[in-house]
Amino acid sequence: MLLIHCPYCNETLPEVEFAYAGEAHIARPVNPSEVSDADWEAFLFLRDNVKGPHYERWRHLHGCGRFFNAVRDTVSDKFLTTYEAGAPRPDLASLTERLK
Amino acid sequence: MSQYRVSGRGRVDTSRPVSFTFDGKTFTGAQGDTVASALLANGVHLMGRSFKYHRPRGPVAAGSEEPNALIGTRRGAGRFEPNTRATVQEIWDGLQTNSQNKYPSLKFDVGAVNDAAYMLFSAGFYYKTFMWPRSFWDKVYEPFIRGAAGLGVSPTEEDPDHYASRNMHCDVLIVGAGPSGLAAARAAAVEGLKVVLVDESPEAGGTLLSEPQVKIDGKPAWDWLAAEVEALKALGVKIMTRTTAIAYYHQNMVGLCEKLTDHLATLPADTPRERLWRVRAGQVVLAQGALEKPLVFHGNDRPGVMLAGSAQTYLNRYGVLVGTRPVVVTSHDSAWYAAFDLADAGAKVQAIVDIREGVHEALLTEARARGIPVKLSHTATATSGRLRVSKIRVNPVRGGQVGSGTEIDCDAVLMSGGWTPSLHLFSHTKGSLAWNDDLTTFLPEKTPEDCVIAGASRGLWGVEAALRDGAEKGREVVAALGKSGASVAYAVADDRTGTGVSMKELPTDRSPGKAKAFVDYQNDVTAKDLRLAVREGMRSIEHVKRYTTNGMATDQGKMSNINGLNIASDALGKKQPQVGLTTFRPPYTPTTFGAFAGYHRGSHFEVTRKTRIDEWAAQHGAAFEPVGQWRRAWYFPKAGESMDDAVRRECAATRESLGIFDASTLGKIEVVGPDAVEFMNRMYTNPWTKLGVGRCRYGLLCGDDGFIRDDGVIGRMGQDRFHVTTTTGGAARVLNMMEDYLQTEWPDLNVWLTSTTEQWATVALNGPNAAKLLAPLVEGVELTEEAFPHMSCVECTVAGMPARLFRVSFTGEIGFEVNVPAPMGRQLWETLWDAGQQYGITPYGTETMHVLRAEKGYIIVGQDTDGTVTPFDAGMGWAVGKAKPDFVGKRGLARPDLVAKGRKQLVGLLSEDGSKLEEGAQIVFDPKQPIPMKMVGHVTSSYDVGTTGRPIALALVEGGHDRLGEIVHIPMPDRTIAAKITGTVFFDPENARLKI
Ligand SMILES: [Zn+2]
Repeated sequence: MLLIHCPYCNETLPEVEFAYAGEAHIARPVNPSEVSDADWEAFLFLRDNVKGPHYERWRHLHGCGRFFNAVRDTVSDKFLTTYEAGAPRPDLASLTERLK
Repeated sequence: MSQYRVSGRGRVDTSRPVSFTFDGKTFTGAQGDTVASALLANGVHLMGRSFKYHRPRGPVAAGSEEPNALIGTRRGAGRFEPNTRATVQEIWDGLQTNSQNKYPSLKFDVGAVNDAAYMLFSAGFYYKTFMWPRSFWDKVYEPFIRGAAGLGVSPTEEDPDHYASRNMHCDVLIVGAGPSGLAAARAAAVEGLKVVLVDESPEAGGTLLSEPQVKIDGKPAWDWLAAEVEALKALGVKIMTRTTAIAYYHQNMVGLCEKLTDHLATLPADTPRERLWRVRAGQVVLAQGALEKPLVFHGNDRPGVMLAGSAQTYLNRYGVLVGTRPVVVTSHDSAWYAAFDLADAGAKVQAIVDIREGVHEALLTEARARGIPVKLSHTATATSGRLRVSKIRVNPVRGGQVGSGTEIDCDAVLMSGGWTPSLHLFSHTKGSLAWNDDLTTFLPEKTPEDCVIAGASRGLWGVEAALRDGAEKGREVVAALGKSGASVAYAVADDRTGTGVSMKELPTDRSPGKAKAFVDYQNDVTAKDLRLAVREGMRSIEHVKRYTTNGMATDQGKMSNINGLNIASDALGKKQPQVGLTTFRPPYTPTTFGAFAGYHRGSHFEVTRKTRIDEWAAQHGAAFEPVGQWRRAWYFPKAGESMDDAVRRECAATRESLGIFDASTLGKIEVVGPDAVEFMNRMYTNPWTKLGVGRCRYGLLCGDDGFIRDDGVIGRMGQDRFHVTTTTGGAARVLNMMEDYLQTEWPDLNVWLTSTTEQWATVALNGPNAAKLLAPLVEGVELTEEAFPHMSCVECTVAGMPARLFRVSFTGEIGFEVNVPAPMGRQLWETLWDAGQQYGITPYGTETMHVLRAEKGYIIVGQDTDGTVTPFDAGMGWAVGKAKPDFVGKRGLARPDLVAKGRKQLVGLLSEDGSKLEEGAQIVFDPKQPIPMKMVGHVTSSYDVGTTGRPIALALVEGGHDRLGEIVHIPMPDRTIAAKITGTVFFDPENARLKI
């Protein structure tokens, strides 16, 4: 069972307190009506199926209730980092460097 | 004492006899015996029949890896367990055990004809035999497979035991309390770390229990062990015995199953049978040791043929000679020591047969000193004896040629094909393995976990090496935890190290096609099966495994995997690492469902949510149904009433006078804040800006894909405050969705969301007399059409209780929903109940609610919609605020497929012959078309107990809104029903009855 660091509570807690919430950094267009059918389809349905570090969202459901972002390696299941929603995408190279 | 019990040997207490039964016959063993050791002490080797061929089998091992000696154990009603390993089950006075997989008796088993029909059951026989004809399947094949499949019999009674589960945190968890585990424990414990040491055996010691001749620091092994265990306890080490590390999960969480009562004659009060531990360890040391491999030769499964190391364990740990005239067959030095130990205990060892051309001179000297004949460069080609081995045939091997055989009389065959490191938990960590040519086995390489592996489980042999490695690895984990440990050295004498070679099948002079040389005892897989699988095209070891079922039994191939790999590699002409090893998966040994379920059984299996009115409903005879996690009153039958009777009565009473309904399970979310109205505008399809305070509106929630997710009535309690209701099952999902949008898409909105589902008790009153009942009880508002029209809401007082009162209707009658603080729910209900007697107030349940709403065409999300239905499909375009610049689902609703013609749309259906349609039934336009017909929709709701005088149904039908009045057809197994498409409102379409 994974241990997950909630960036809001600043605590590392068991996986059962959290819920997975899909790929991260997919922003809802500000004016959906102006978006083409193809772009809207991509926003709704098209997701990366990454082997390796994956930007994804989690919610500290049974804790503070906040949604946050994480980078998790889908091969090893290891979390490289977690960070607050709205924060910029962390640089992958520096993350994997730090892990070495 | 029997001739097989050796006095002065073993750790059992022969002064404390224990009697138990096996297949109804009483046997006596000693305190500390397992079922296997006690039966062996009585000269009994035959303990079971094999799975496929029903061959007689006895124990081949002495530990949890045992594949053959599986028994049923019983302790009175409900306490029966099949497939218990006789080598693990400790005996106690009164224990009842039985053999399995035999009829009518163990000694004479009818199923043994399968053994003669050997050719039928070779590799892949399931795939080949049961192919055709199709008509044979139901009557011949399936009953045969069902009859033959499975070992043992499942218990049928409820398990009266209880099972616990607990969490534990420690610095260092050590799996295996043999020499390397003990040394690692000491290294960590002296540094003050919190150490947990677990072992599946009843006592710590591991291989030391079978090797009493070793001296450590000048002390005999057992004296050293006893002192060391005490010393570790004094250092604070938690030593857990009868505790199996069953699985290694992410981030150093290890599952332990602790058996607490299976070895006790009297069950202590209030003690669980087993306890499942979830241990989160800073560092883990895997010290699981190694498992001995059998040799693969014809007849290597006959009772009396067993692993040499296990025979040594039976002698040294249990004081039992497994035979008085054993023959040893080996490719490894370790079996020689077994021969010496048995000889020293009084057995007349008939021969040591070694496949190797030469062995260490010291071994030959020792054999000579004991007068044991030695046959080097020899192979074993057969055994004989009906229910117990009585002869073994051995042949010289010269230059690859097998010479003619000689038979040797014996009553046991002790074999050793070398040792396999136990890498199960290491594999659970996704640890990588590297093939070692010298040892002909896989060794652990790298693991992503904070874990080290020590001793024999990484290929180190002997007590001294294990102790040294344990101490070394112990220091490694101490360092990893930020401390520095001093090095500890152990002085070891009389250690027995050795080498050997690893074999595929032993060379033989027999026709390979006739050899029954077993690789996997539990699944009856032979070397011939593996070679056949390769010949028939299996290339990967994963395919060979599944085709032959090698390694797929409950022992997960603990003894068979490497032998199977050696043979498959040979057949493929490849090196073992190119063929690969199958994956070990949790649990390490079979684990009870009870341990996994823990406290979650019976009514604790899942949460049952109950409203404050639930108890009243139960007292008034309600039948209940589960909705989500809620238990809801379904209907209230009076004496002698069927469900239909009760629902018909409840419907009629509500339409004619007054019904009362517990709506407390409705999800409720309080949406509050300066931007609350903007949030609601963006979230729901409806417009909210113009909804005045004190008014409510039916709200429809879509996903951004445009499909309906949820619905509910929403009241505006203030400029900045909405009382949102959701479906009973959708409450958590809706709140999660709202939070998602609020937190991540619109963090600029100043809004708070709070779940209030459990804070309010909600009582719905419906019927022509609803206002008359309620008016005298309400303070703060007049219940007139003018002061409080339909779709109003207000904070007021009802029967003296603070309340939020809604005038809404899910029945088509005058309706109110009274929300009061949950603890007052029962009091409110009873007040209304008492006051309502003058109107014949009738409690109704969810079924009547469903019928009455369907008559009005009100949808139930999830029943009349299925995740592909838009508000327009459902005929609720009126709920979509088209003028709003954006809301969740607006862009989705404009997708090409969602505006296309021919979508399935919600309509009413009336059967032409007045029969009730079946919910879920498929609909076609033309019943005469050839099969398969084109299905154009399905019935979503259907009732025939309502107040409209005929059965009604709702359905999703392709282009349904343009087909009003048309006839569609519903093919059923016995006939095809014609039905007319109608609007969805079957009752009071003018809504005249909503007026007070
Ligand atoms: Zn948190």
